[in-house]
Amino acid sequence: MTAHTKGTGLKWVGRAMRRVEDPALVQGQGHFTADLPAVHWVRFVRSPNAAGKIKSIAKPAGALVITAADLKGVKPITPMLHKFSYRPVAQPILAETKVRYVGEAVAAVVAASEEYAEDIADLVEIDIDETAPLIDARDALKDGAPQIHAVAPGNVILEGKHKTPGFDAVWAAAAKVIKIDARSHRQNATPMEARAGHAAYDAATGRVTLTCTTQMPHLMRTAIADVLGMPESDLRVIAPDVGGGFGQKMSLCAEYVVLVWLARKLKSSVAWTEDRRENLIASFHSRDQYITLEGAFDKDAKLLALRADVVSNVGAYSCFPTTSGVEPLMAMAEMPGPYDVQQYQCLARGVLTNTCTMAAYRGVSRPIITFTLERLMDKAASAFALDPIDIRRRNLIEKFPYTSAMGLVYDEATYKETLEMAVKAIDVPAFRKRQEEARKQGRYLGIGFATFSERTGYGSPAFAARGMEITPGWETVILTVDPSGFVEARIGSSPHGQGLRTTLAQIIADEIGVTPDVIKVVHGDTDTSPYGWGTFASRSLVISGGATLIAAQKVRAKLIKIASTMLEAAPHDIVLENGAAKVAGTDRSVTIAKMAREAYTQTHRFKGEIEPGMTETGTYDPPGTFSNACHVAIVEVDIETGHARIEKFLVAEDAGRIINPMIADGQVIGGIAQGIGNALLEEIIYDDGGGILTANLADYMPPTAREMPPIELHHLETPSTQSITKAKGLGEGGCIGAPAAIVNAINDALSPFGVQIDEMPATPQRIRTALRDAEKAAKKTA
Amino acid sequence: MNDKTNITLTINGRDHAIAVEPRRTLADAIREDCGQTGTHIGCEHGICGACTVIVDGEPVRSCLMFAVQAAGKTIRTVEGLAKDDKLHPMQQAFMDHHGLQCGFCTPGFLMLAVGVLEREPDISDDDLLDVLSSSLCRCTGYQGIIKAVRAAAIEMRGK
Repeated sequence: MTAHTKGTGLKWVGRAMRRVEDPALVQGQGHFTADLPAVHWVRFVRSPNAAGKIKSIAKPAGALVITAADLKGVKPITPMLHKFSYRPVAQPILAETKVRYVGEAVAAVVAASEEYAEDIADLVEIDIDETAPLIDARDALKDGAPQIHAVAPGNVILEGKHKTPGFDAVWAAAAKVIKIDARSHRQNATPMEARAGHAAYDAATGRVTLTCTTQMPHLMRTAIADVLGMPESDLRVIAPDVGGGFGQKMSLCAEYVVLVWLARKLKSSVAWTEDRRENLIASFHSRDQYITLEGAFDKDAKLLALRADVVSNVGAYSCFPTTSGVEPLMAMAEMPGPYDVQQYQCLARGVLTNTCTMAAYRGVSRPIITFTLERLMDKAASAFALDPIDIRRRNLIEKFPYTSAMGLVYDEATYKETLEMAVKAIDVPAFRKRQEEARKQGRYLGIGFATFSERTGYGSPAFAARGMEITPGWETVILTVDPSGFVEARIGSSPHGQGLRTTLAQIIADEIGVTPDVIKVVHGDTDTSPYGWGTFASRSLVISGGATLIAAQKVRAKLIKIASTMLEAAPHDIVLENGAAKVAGTDRSVTIAKMAREAYTQTHRFKGEIEPGMTETGTYDPPGTFSNACHVAIVEVDIETGHARIEKFLVAEDAGRIINPMIADGQVIGGIAQGIGNALLEEIIYDDGGGILTANLADYMPPTAREMPPIELHHLETPSTQSITKAKGLGEGGCIGAPAAIVNAINDALSPFGVQIDEMPATPQRIRTALRDAEKAAKKTA
Repeated sequence: MNDKTNITLTINGRDHAIAVEPRRTLADAIREDCGQTGTHIGCEHGICGACTVIVDGEPVRSCLMFAVQAAGKTIRTVEGLAKDDKLHPMQQAFMDHHGLQCGFCTPGFLMLAVGVLEREPDISDDDLLDVLSSSLCRCTGYQGIIKAVRAAAIEMRGK
């Protein structure tokens, strides 16, 4: 690594530098979409019914109300997969002849203020010939179930199948088969800023600028231009400060299409700010799955084969760009997790229902498959009379690179080392003693482990393997040293809280020998940043960071060339540091600002050998790299109320080289909080008629500061060989491991009662029901 | 509903003469009529706390108060925390302890914490945790926020 020996070396990378994003945000100077004034405001009228034919829509006299009939020529949103028997389900921008879930947008009311738009929306009458809805995926799979889309027989939108050769023979020879029927209920990613969009028409150019709270501005531009049939150059998309996304803001929203259409029609500015109820019922949902998983073990508790049946409720439509394959196909691809198991059979189906459309949410299926697999390992440990730690020791991957039963190549990681690190740090023997003493007093403590792999920073081949028509893999960075000597990086990625402006500046600073305060990272505007995919899938630091490093290496090479001319020294004697090029071992130097100025203004000095200016481009499309961690939870369950309190949480994790430890820890802790919500609190509940019972933040409950336990973090840094910065991604790990560790701990606490909780969230009600059922069963046998 | 009332809102020491419908929330009036967009709106039903401002010394959810109710009262928002280009200790502490990521909930947390600590400088750590659990943050997992508020509390007591 040249940066060790030249320039400022690792001076900035690895440092817990304060974030450059923060000063504006703590002073209320951020720019969020809803801050923009508009001439017209939009309120969507949404379907009150989950299924049925639209008979009529009555608009109040004199009001501007847009329905599907007005949007002639606008194409439906039809994302595409070229594999897995995918059915190309189409979503009309506004419901056309049918409604398919409660909350589906049927009409758009336009008025001079948000309040008036709401008043008018209340007067729009939609008459729907209601039919019986399908809410649960298993009901939608039944013979004779109503068809939600004609194009998808049996309501199956896609079917992933995998079976390794030799599976049957290994399965038949197994000593024991352990089975789990796991259930993960539905969640909403719940960014604190709900969706918002603002489209403004510019009469001089005929262009529309859409400002919206998105994780993918460039793809939104492509997608909306496609749907509206307009030149992409007539649309500019800006993602300003974005108040969290967690995957919910990486899909195309029909609402934004309507805004751009209206701005062009009205030749004016049009805004929509979603309210929280709309966000909870009609943005995107996730994690609604049934998984049946069986593990075949030999007599020594070595896992030989896995068989999985994944039923993923994908809701009413398919999200763009990932399609509703995002959850079932992720579950299929990564089910074997961190374990060495070479035989695998899987059936993973995406099932359409009359519910809100499923899309990516931080972790995408991995919180569920980790929960399922880690519960299975604990059940197997119990069946073999082994400690849960021992069964993991026997089965974790040790040799790298490791090719999984699905053909994924795992780069070097530390599955066993992080497990041992966590076991040692939590002091298991001391806990077991405390647990035994507590039980004598009628208190029930439990400990739970989760080991997992987190596939991060994967480029376009990984998306191509899913058959995606759009493979959002690579990233581009354009790095400029301007004539004043200041540095600007324009990136295609689109951070929204991850601190990428800080971490990319750290990478650039080390490579070209400047301090981060002269570097600006610019993102989120399709007019000024290069085409790129955005921030999601734990990818930005790996992929955009890699592209940044490539661009910075090119700038560095150019600076050295210029310095060697100006200082009349050999290139290998030039050192870049503290904003200057120096000749090693001498006092001869020239500032980077002066070199940059001359690269623009004195180009004749370089005899045509150096291109004018100081702008270089880097593009990076890596194969992907696996982070890993072991999570441990200690809980206490109140058996009277069913309430589970997390007493302590411990993480031993390895995400390769850490660029900024403060930001990295923040990602892990924030992920754990979402994992706690998943494990204990958060559930979108539909009634039988398809109405949502959890349409506010008192009923849908993200964790508060009270629910957070003390969290202890331990780190290993195994530099990635699959990432040029050596960094691995870590944005999702926190929420991947936590639910499994917590629910395993609850089961450990309740082990005296013979209770098995294989359902998330493990609410007090579910825990009490399980305890009551166990009590009844015990009475019967007595 | 179209009848507007003339009121004056005093925000961070500056008077804003505005005309609002009686149903207009204080949050909307601060943001849209007075142009102070640092106060954010996250739920409009009093749960998330993003819109917290200080009214006559008390932290309040500005989405649960009508603008007309705040006429004549002293309103403080996030824009008024820093003095003469020097950040309030709470703002500095949020930066130092990584108490924010996307920053959307941050103004509400800052006003909540400042309001409570001004009223009750010696509040116990546990009571402070109760106060902070009245607002939602989806990014940080709260650890940075709790550390920041405790650190700022010490500094604010010292003054």
